[in-house]
Parts: sequence; C-alpha cells; structure tokens
Amino acid sequence: MKQYLLSVYQVDGEPTLSPEATQTMFRDVDALNAEMQSAGAWVFAGGLHPATTASVLRVKDGEVLTTDGPFAEGKEHVGGFWVIQAADLDAALAWASKATRACAAPIEVRPFDGIVEA
Amino acid sequence: MPAVSDSEIERVFREEYGRAVAVLVRSFGGIDTAEEAVQEAFTVAVQRWPDTGLPPSPAGWIITTARHRAIDRLRSDAAREDRHAKAALVHVGSEPSEEGPVRDDRLRLIFTCCHPALATDVQVALTLRLLGGLSTVEIARAFIVPEATMAQRLVRAKNKIRDAGIPYRVPGEAELPDRLRPVLAVVYLIFNEGYTASSGEQLARADLCAEAIRLGRLLAELMPDEPEVLGLLALMLLIDSRRRTRTTSGGDLVLLADQDRAMWDRGRIVEGQAIVRSLLRRNRPGPYQIQAAINAVHSDAATASATDWRQILQLYDQLFAMTPTRVVAVNRAVALAEVEGATAALAAVDSLDFGDYYLLHAVRADLLSRIGRNGEASNAYAAAIALTSNAVERTFLERARTALPA
Repeated sequence: MKQYLLSVYQVDGEPTLSPEATQTMFRDVDALNAEMQSAGAWVFAGGLHPATTASVLRVKDGEVLTTDGPFAEGKEHVGGFWVIQAADLDAALAWASKATRACAAPIEVRPFDGIVEA
Repeated sequence: MPAVSDSEIERVFREEYGRAVAVLVRSFGGIDTAEEAVQEAFTVAVQRWPDTGLPPSPAGWIITTARHRAIDRLRSDAAREDRHAKAALVHVGSEPSEEGPVRDDRLRLIFTCCHPALATDVQVALTLRLLGGLSTVEIARAFIVPEATMAQRLVRAKNKIRDAGIPYRVPGEAELPDRLRPVLAVVYLIFNEGYTASSGEQLARADLCAEAIRLGRLLAELMPDEPEVLGLLALMLLIDSRRRTRTTSGGDLVLLADQDRAMWDRGRIVEGQAIVRSLLRRNRPGPYQIQAAINAVHSDAATASATDWRQILQLYDQLFAMTPTRVVAVNRAVALAEVEGATAALAAVDSLDFGDYYLLHAVRADLLSRIGRNGEASNAYAAAIALTSNAVERTFLERARTALPA
C-alpha cells in the first residue's frame, strides 16, 4: 500500500458557495469520509481556515523569524486535505475523482515518500 | 556456423526490445532495472552472437540473460541496503519461472506509458523509448528537442511512475474506453509527426511513421476486438501509402488531386482497405474508422476526377456528428465543394468561427478563386500564409496566391 495526499485547492476571489450548496458540500464530504473509512482508505482528513490566517516561520542568521503568511504569494491555496492509503495511483485517482466532485474544487494528488505495510 | 551481422542484431533489438523490457518490468517492478538489464543483455549478444550464431529463440535468450543480470544487480544493490532493490527481490521470489503471457506484458506497458497522469509529450517519449526501443538521442532528434531535455523528461516520467505508483496493468472493461483514447492518440501523434515532416531531419521523421505503424500493428494484434484500434492502423496505412507522392523531389507540397496515383504504395492500400471492409461488417463506427473509410474512398479512385465525393461527404457528416472539430468542419467543406459546388462550400466555410486556423483561410481562398472573386481570394491566402509556420505549406500558399489572375 502507498499513502497519498489529496489537497483541495481554493482560488482567492472565486464566488463563495450559496448556503444550500455549502450544506450539500458538507453532506457529500461527510458521506465520502464514511465511504473511505469503511473501505480502509481513510487515514486523516481536515478542512483549513483561509490562507490569511497562516503564519510562516524560517531560520535566519540562526534565529527563528515569524512572519504573517501565507508562504506562497499565489492566488491558489490549500483549503483542506485527505491522507489516504491505496494500492496504486489508479486507486488513489478513483478516490480523488469522488473528492473533487464532493467538494466542488480541484484536487491535487501526491504520493508520500515511502511504502506502507498493510 | 552461421555468421550474425550487426544489422541482424539491430533487427532483433528493434523487434524484441519492447517485449523484453515489458517482461522484465513485470518481474522486477522497476522500469530502470528492466531497461538496464535488457541493454546489458544486448551488449552481451553483440559480443557473443557473431561467434556462436543466433540462438534458436533470440527473444528468449535476451530475456533470460537480462533476468540473470537484473537479479545480480538487485542482489548487490540490496546488499547496500537499497530499499527498492530489496522490495524488487521479494517480488521476484514470488514470480513463476516461466515467462507467462508475453503479449499481455507489452499491452500493460503501453497503458503505463500512456497513463493519463502523464503529460502527452511524456507519453509519446516513453512509448518510443520503452516499446519502440528508440534511443534518447533518436527521440530528441525526431522532436527537435535538446538531448538533455529529452533525457530529463524520460527520467522524470520513470520516477513518477515509480513514486506515484502508476500501475502496470491493462485497464478493466469499464475504464478501457477512457484509457484507450490516449494510447491511440499517442500512436497517431507519432505518425503525424513523421508524416507532416514540418521540420527536423527527414530520415528521423520517416522512421516515426514506420514506428507508429509498427505500434499500430502491435495494438491490433493485442486488442483485436477493439474496432478503433484497427481503424487507426488502417488510417495510418492508407495515409502512408501516399507518403512518397506527397511532396516533389524538391520538397514542395503536392495536393491529393495532383499526386501520381501510380506511385501510391499498393501493398499499404490493399491492407488498409481490407481492414476497413472488415470494420464495416462489425458496424461499431468510431472517429478513426471513419477517417480510415474516407481515405479508403480516395484510394479507390483511379483518377482524382473519379473520386466518390458524395460518399466522402456522408462520411464527414458522420465524423462531424461524433467529433465536431475545426479540422473536420473544414475538410467537410472541401468535400461539399466537390458535391454541391464552390458557392455552397463557401457559405459553409463562412458560417465557421475559427479565425486563427490557417487551413480555413487556405480553403476559403481556393473556393473564392474558383468563383472568380480573386481579390478576396488573395486576402484569404495572405491570412493563411500569416498563420502557418510550416515552410512547405507556406511556399505552396504563396505560389497559389501569385498564380491568381489579376
């Protein structure tokens, strides 16, 4: 088994979902989480506050420097993520295609370094 | 003892490289391990075969030799605590000793090379490298990319296959239509890259046509129940039958109507038409099959004026219903001009909105000149010339523009 990070991307300035659409999204994501758990694919998942709430730390001249985030200046930010385990990329992509429908946002799939015994 | 020439070993390499790599990938998991082992086996063959003669089964000899080399290498890597090597050795231990269904191995490898998670240029490069046995230098030259760029592209692709876990298997029934599409697109792209010969070394380009047809034959052999696979093979054979007459010895473009039909490759035409006839009986049409049928109609005509344009127009209507692209729309207009005349075709062309497509302007120019609107034709040729980057096509259009009556 391998583990994959499924990142949900949000684009700044995109129109926000209507209250009804938001409710549908929450319901769909809950249902997907339940499906992943019963299939043994779910490792961890979570939604994040907007990127404007982020802080960035780095070492400079031996001192840790803290600044207001986010780290990347781009207009796309990670809004949430899943960590799943799957036999191969095709299995991970099958979960990701359910995920992109459920949260109505693009999903980036990246493999974790290393092989998980399962 | 029969002497073995370098060209014979070269031929074995071309025919068996993909098969050997495919078998080794299945046994060992890693593409790099498989490629290195197969290349080493051929190096041994080059040294040995001139003395010993060709073994009874050259492919079997290569695969067995490569397998031993790969196991030796993995053992020494595993001794140095390489986790990939350790994982691969565990895998090999559980493998049956016989080679298994070799055909399926190559099919698996094609679907891995053309996986939708890989970019199209990467799919093309991997397919030529792993199944075609082309060297990185040859692929780079054919696609006019620096060798280092191509080498990096291949390394990244192989790393992605390994690290992202792109599987090595033939997709199931349900996914097959979606997964087959990029495979066929890659093969046709390789063919067109060779056929249009827009730039680069002519020889390397003609080789791409031959390689695409070889891959097309392989797919047809491996998936005989997929009509579009056979349609693609027929399409490539029929187009390729005209390759020699497509340009003059000086490299100028020759239109279909002006080509010397006696010079068309009869063998290719007979084979392509036989496939088209068998596909008509199956009656499961698709875009590649219809394009093959259109080319079969052209091949049927002894002279350009004997062409059955009505049938070609019907086929373009059917094709446009399936794939409403600008290429199909413009080609349909060309057929319409032959059936209903230039005025009707001009009306069809003017209803299209593909402003930046050079072929649309070129066809429009030709239709305008046919009905004597030469001033407008000249402007349309100018628009087409401005939009094409292909030197052969530009020369052709400039001549047509100059030839317009004042």
